[in-house]
Amino acid sequence: MGLFLLKRFATFVATLAVASVLVFAVLELLPGNAAEVILGDTATPEAVAALQAKLGLDRPPLQRYLDWVGGWLQGRSADSISYGSPTAELIAERLRVTLPLAVMAMALTVVLAIGLGLYAASHHNRAGDIGVMAASQLGVAVPNFWFAMLLILVFAVKLQWVSAGGFPGWTEDEGGSPAEALAALLLPALSLALVQAAILARVTRSAVLEVMREDYVRTARAKGLSRRQALWRHVLRNAMIPVLTISGLQFANLVTGTIVVENVFVLPGIGRLVFQAISNRDLVVVRDVVMLLAAVVVLVNFVVDVLYAIVDPRLRRADA
Amino acid sequence: MSFWSRALRHPSFVVGGSLSLLLAAAALLSLVWQPHPPAEIDMALKLQPPSAARWLGSDAFGRDVASQLLVGAQASILVGVIAVGIGLVAGVALGCLAAARGGWVDELIMRASDFTFAFPALLTAIMLTAIYGPGLVTSIVAIGIFNVPVFARITRSTAQAVWAREFVLAARAAGKSGWRITWDHVLPNIASQLIVQASISFATAILAEAALSYLGLGTQPPQPSWGRMLSEAQTLLFQAPLLALWPGVAIVLSVLGLNLMGDGLRDLMDPKLARKR
Repeated sequence: MGLFLLKRFATFVATLAVASVLVFAVLELLPGNAAEVILGDTATPEAVAALQAKLGLDRPPLQRYLDWVGGWLQGRSADSISYGSPTAELIAERLRVTLPLAVMAMALTVVLAIGLGLYAASHHNRAGDIGVMAASQLGVAVPNFWFAMLLILVFAVKLQWVSAGGFPGWTEDEGGSPAEALAALLLPALSLALVQAAILARVTRSAVLEVMREDYVRTARAKGLSRRQALWRHVLRNAMIPVLTISGLQFANLVTGTIVVENVFVLPGIGRLVFQAISNRDLVVVRDVVMLLAAVVVLVNFVVDVLYAIVDPRLRRADA
Repeated sequence: MSFWSRALRHPSFVVGGSLSLLLAAAALLSLVWQPHPPAEIDMALKLQPPSAARWLGSDAFGRDVASQLLVGAQASILVGVIAVGIGLVAGVALGCLAAARGGWVDELIMRASDFTFAFPALLTAIMLTAIYGPGLVTSIVAIGIFNVPVFARITRSTAQAVWAREFVLAARAAGKSGWRITWDHVLPNIASQLIVQASISFATAILAEAALSYLGLGTQPPQPSWGRMLSEAQTLLFQAPLLALWPGVAIVLSVLGLNLMGDGLRDLMDPKLARKR
């Protein structure tokens, strides 16, 4: 187990390092002169030179790269070009919206998917199963931002239960409250969860069906366990392995999905931040946000691999 | 039974195939004929409900929604074909190389493709847009890059299975080179899986294109696209909710069609798998 964890951790760190080189290369070296990209075609050479000096672009690339990575490792970040404050502050502020949104969406996904998947598997080839499968086929085809618009249409325009977007804030100082903030995140989380739940429900169903055919389940039934007991005690735990893998991959999708959905509901999260940064040509913010999101994807895959080894000891030996 | 007589009795293939044909037909038709010029602005006719002259009504600038929808199919197909093409060509080449060589070449290619998954199409598109500005090419490149590891992985795993077969051993004994074996034996044997994956990746590409152009990172005006129609419709949700309906339905039907066709093809090409399910 120790060796497996060590190997996995080494891969994780190496992947992050390669990702940081790539992000740096694309956003700082590819454009040639980042100061020209930021200021646009109409800038005077003096203005470009001044910005270059301010951003430290006149220093060698290797030194700039090491400053960037080294700074983050010590908890320092560069100042945003358009906001003037450190990107870490901007990102931390926006994560207060994006992180709860992603977690809520993931929780909804897992609850919906496991419920529907179990229901379909236990009604295999009957009307309930076929209905769930047809609904999930449809769910996979729906773009999350369009589903978000349909939710706004029904709950904000027709029923007028909620506002069509915006975020009141978590505290009273910001003019909101935890309950209001959660309510504002409910529809966005639901629109993110639909597609993911549709995929995960299929995975759950086929995993449960697969495990139900195993000899040990037949043995459990033969020694007198009811269908339900066998399902809860033996099938579910073993069926969770593929479900865990896929939901790990899905969390990565959810994180990028939040960028889209935040724009539909006008939520002040990471997605809005990166979009304003693109229109302000704030390459410093774009670089740090893209790196953060890529790091989240890599981190989640690492955590899934470790959980994997804990759930199924067989996998530790196979690959260590 | 021949392939086609089985295919025509397979429900998902028939439904999926028909929807995919409909998408292709809409794009082809729009090249030669549209009910109205899609970009023609007529403020006197703004936000008209559906009628005999304007089948799906008109938008805030009086543009004909049905015509925009038809022409919008072009953008979806263009992005899908090129992005899947990039993934197919590069991914199959890398996957075949990994399977044929094994060892460190295999390891390197697979680690690189794991790595590419850390950059979903949206992140790549954000980086490219920050530098080069938004556009159709940006979204094609971003989705194409994301497709490469998808095809590399499926090619490698299916090609490895073919390499373990006896007829490949016989071909090696007869002195055929790795390239000849890949070309003569491996590719024909994995083609069916690649076709299935291409159809599913095409569906994913349409969804990604719609999301990127909704965000303003993809297809730019005046070229109509379903994603941008939706972002324009969002500002008018209270006055003209129907405008937000049509492009979404078009996306859902196209994606559903391609996915169903992919599922159907998988069953038809691998009858063993179909019975097991």
